[in-house]
Amino acid sequence: MSGLFIVQLLNGLQLGVLLFLIAAGLTLVFGVMNFINLAHGVQYMLGAYLAVMFYGYTGHFLVAVLLALVATLLFGLLLETVIFRRLYARDHLDQLLATFGIILFLNEAVKTVWGAAPLSLPIPELLSGSVPLAPGLNYPVYRFAIIGSGFVVGAALYAVVNHTRIGMLIRAGAHNAPMVSALGVDIGRLFMLVFAFGAMLAGFAGIMVAPVFSVEPGMGDSVLILAFVVIVIGGIGSIRGAFFGALLVGVIDTLGRSFMVDLLRIGVSTGQARAVAPALSSMLIYVIMAVILAMRPEGLFPVKGRQG
Amino acid sequence: MSEPVLELIGLRKAYGALVVTDGVDLCVPHGELHALIGPNGAGKTTLMNQISGNASPSAGEIRLLGETVTHLSVAARARRGMARSFQISSVLPEFTVLENVALSVQARSGSSYRFWSAASREARLNDRAMGALAEVGLQDRAYAPAGQISHGEKRALEIAMALVLEPKILLLDEPMAGTGHEESERITALLRRLKGRYAIVLVEHDMQAVFALADRVSVLVYGKVIASGPPTSIRENAEVRAAYLGDEEFA
Amino acid sequence: MSGEAGALPLAAPAVPRPRAWLVGVVIFCALALAPLAVPFVGGNYLLLIGSRFMILAIAALSLDLLIGYGGLVSFGHAAFIGIGAYATGILAVHGFTEFYIAIPVAMLAGALFALVTGAVAIRTRGVYFIMITLAFAQMAFYVMGSLSAYGGDDGLTLPSRSLVFGSAALKSETVFFYAVLATLIIVTLALRRLVASRFGRVLQGLRQNRQRMEAMGYSAQGFQLTAYVIAGAIGALAGFLLANSTEFVSPAFMTWQRSGDLIIMVIIGGGGTLYGALVGALAFLSLEEGLSHVTDHWKLIFGPLLVLFVIAAPGGIARWLGWRAHE
Repeated sequence: MSGLFIVQLLNGLQLGVLLFLIAAGLTLVFGVMNFINLAHGVQYMLGAYLAVMFYGYTGHFLVAVLLALVATLLFGLLLETVIFRRLYARDHLDQLLATFGIILFLNEAVKTVWGAAPLSLPIPELLSGSVPLAPGLNYPVYRFAIIGSGFVVGAALYAVVNHTRIGMLIRAGAHNAPMVSALGVDIGRLFMLVFAFGAMLAGFAGIMVAPVFSVEPGMGDSVLILAFVVIVIGGIGSIRGAFFGALLVGVIDTLGRSFMVDLLRIGVSTGQARAVAPALSSMLIYVIMAVILAMRPEGLFPVKGRQG
Repeated sequence: MSEPVLELIGLRKAYGALVVTDGVDLCVPHGELHALIGPNGAGKTTLMNQISGNASPSAGEIRLLGETVTHLSVAARARRGMARSFQISSVLPEFTVLENVALSVQARSGSSYRFWSAASREARLNDRAMGALAEVGLQDRAYAPAGQISHGEKRALEIAMALVLEPKILLLDEPMAGTGHEESERITALLRRLKGRYAIVLVEHDMQAVFALADRVSVLVYGKVIASGPPTSIRENAEVRAAYLGDEEFA
Repeated sequence: MSGEAGALPLAAPAVPRPRAWLVGVVIFCALALAPLAVPFVGGNYLLLIGSRFMILAIAALSLDLLIGYGGLVSFGHAAFIGIGAYATGILAVHGFTEFYIAIPVAMLAGALFALVTGAVAIRTRGVYFIMITLAFAQMAFYVMGSLSAYGGDDGLTLPSRSLVFGSAALKSETVFFYAVLATLIIVTLALRRLVASRFGRVLQGLRQNRQRMEAMGYSAQGFQLTAYVIAGAIGALAGFLLANSTEFVSPAFMTWQRSGDLIIMVIIGGGGTLYGALVGALAFLSLEEGLSHVTDHWKLIFGPLLVLFVIAAPGGIARWLGWRAHE
C-alpha cells in the first residue's frame, strides 16, 4: 500500500510537471498579452508527433528531441506572425473562435499526415532502466527524467522571470501592458518572444511524453483543459501559481483515481465504492478548483493590480 | 437640522505608501449642494468612488442616512438611495435614451425578475422615464440610441437616470467635463433647478459653475480637505489660493 | 453641435434588425413543409437531418441568451445537452419513459448543474469565465464516461423513444420531426418574450455597461446566474430531444468541441437576435454536411475558414454582433 502510494505520488508529480510545462506558456501569454489561446494544446501534440517523425529520420533520440524543439519553436513563431498578432487587440470571443479553428485544422491535419492510429516513441537506451525504490518496487528511470527536467525548466523559468531584464518586462507586462509599451519597449517583439517560448515549452512537454503516452490526434485537447484548471487555480499570469497549481492538480488527480475506492470503503460497502469512485475521482480537481475560487476568486497567487 | 444624508468619518485610502485620501471628514445635509474642488490629482474621483462603493477605503466610515455603508456593494448603496454620474459618460449605448431611463425607473419599481411581459409596453416605466427626460430637456431624443447622442446630451441623460432612482443623494463627477459652452450652461441651469431637492455632491473644474451653484465648498489637496465652507469664504481663503496658485480661474 | 440640430425625428424605438422575425417565419414554414418532400428527396434521412438541425438550433438559441444577450461567453454548453440526454436515458433504463416525466427531470438536472457550476463561474469574468465553464463541462464529460452502470465511454442505448401518455407515437419519424419543430417554435417564442421582458433588459444592460447597471442598484450576479440556469434548462431540453432522436446517449454528446460548435453557430448567425442562432445552426450544419461530401477531412477546410472569418470581420466579432460598447 505505501509502496503503491509512492509510485502514484511520483506519477502525480509527473503529470504535474507536464501540466506545468503547458500552463507556463499559457499563463504568460494570458498575463502579458491578455490572449486566450486554445491552440496551445496542439503545440503539445505537435511536439510529440515531430519527435516521433524526427526519430524516424535520424534514429537518434537526443537529436530528434532537439530538432522537434526547434521545430515547435519555429511553428510557434509562424502561428504568431501569421495569425495571432492580428488578434491581440480583439476581444476574447474572437481569440477563442480563431484558435478553435486552428485546433480543428491541426487535429485533422495530424490525422491526415500521420493517420488516426496512435504512434509511440521508444525510450532511449540510456534512460530505459528502472530504479528500485524498495524491495520489489521499481520505478522507470525515464519517468524520473521527465520529473527532473520539469523541475529544471521550472527553476530556470523562475530565474528568468524574476532575475532578468526580459523577465522584468514580462512581469511588468502581466501587470500593465500599456505601461510597458509606453516605456518604449517594443511590445510586439516581447509578445513574439513570450509566445514562441511558451509554444516551445508545450512542445517540450509533448516530446517528453511521446515515449510513455500514446501519440494520437487530439491528445493536446484534454491536457489543455487541465492546464486551464491549473491557471485558474494558480492565478492568471503567475509562473509560481502555474507551478504549484500544476503539481496540486497532477498529484490530486492521480492519487484520487488510485485511492478513491479505498477511501470510500471506509464509509460504504466495496461494491458501492467501486460504483461511485470513478465518477467522484474525475470530479475531484474541478471541485477543488471551485473551492479555491470561492475563497480566492483571483487564484492562489494573483498577479497584483491586474485588470480584466 | 435633521440627520445628515451623507457623512464621511476619517476616510482614508492608501495604495502602499501613496495616500490618496487622507482623513477626510465630510457632512452633507439634506438639500445641500456640496462642491468638491481641488487641483488635478487631489483625489476627488477616488473619493467619489469610495462614497459610491466603486473603491473601498483603507480606513474610516461612510454613513448614508445614519446607516454605515462602508462595506456595502455599489448596487446595495444604490438601492439605499445613492445615485451617481461618472466622470466619463456612462450610458447603455445600444438602448435608446428612453430605454436607458426606463431601465433606471425599473430599478425602483417592482421586481426585475419578470420574464414574460414586454418591458417596452409598461406605461408605468415609460411615463416616468419621459417625465425625467422632459425635466432634463431630452424628450426630443427619446428614441435615439444612447450611444449616438452628443456628449452633453449623455451627461443630461445620466442625470435623468439618476433622478428616477429617487435618490437621497446625487453624486455628480464632473458633469460639465468635455461639454461645450452652451451645453454646460444647460447643465448649470438644470442643477440649479435640482438644488434643494436632493443632497448633491458635485465634483467640478468649472469654477464659475461651482461658485454659482454650491452651498458649501470643500477643497481637496493631496487627499486632505484643507478648507470647507461657504463659497465666499473659500474664495478668500489664503491656503486655497496658494494651492491654486497660477490657476487663472481663481485669480 | 447642439442637441436640437442633431435631433432624430420621433420614431418608433429602434429595434436592431427589425425584420429578423421574418427569417424565423421562413425557416419555420420551410421546416413545416419539409416532410412533404420526403417521398421525393432523401427519404427518412431528410427528417433525421432536419430533426438534428432543430435540436442543435434549440441548444444554440439558449446559448445565444448567454452570449448574444448576456455577453457571457460560456464554453461548456454541450454539457447541458449531455446532461439532458443522460437524464432521459437513465430514466428510460429504469422504466420511466413518459415524456412528462423525462422532460421536467432532464430540465431540472440541467438547471441544477447550471446553478451549482454557474454560482462559481459567474463570480468571475472574461477569460476566467470561459475557462471555468469549459472546465466544468469537461468534468461532466468525464463523470458520464465513468458511469459504468450506464455504459461508460461506450454510451447507453435507450430501450425506446419516450412515450406520450402511453402511446409510442414518437416512433414515427414524421411525428417526431413535428414534435421537435413544435418545441423549437415554443422555445423561440418564449425566449423572444424573455429578452424583451424586464429581466431581458437588465441582462442586456449588464452586457453593455455593468458599472452603470450596478450604480442603478442591479446586482449583476443574480441576473446572470438566473440566465445561466434558464439556458442550462433549455440546453437539457435539447438533450432530451437528442437522446430520443438517436435512441442512444454517450459522452460524445458533450465533448468540448461540441461546445465550440455551438458558439460558432451563435456567432456566424449573428448573436443577440435569436433568429441568428437558427440561421447559424443551419449554416453550420450545411457547411459540415456540404464539406464532408467534398472530403472526409472537411475540418481542414472549415478550420481555416473560421480563422479567416474572425480575422476578416471588421472591428472584430463584437462589431459583427452589433455591440457598440465593450468592456
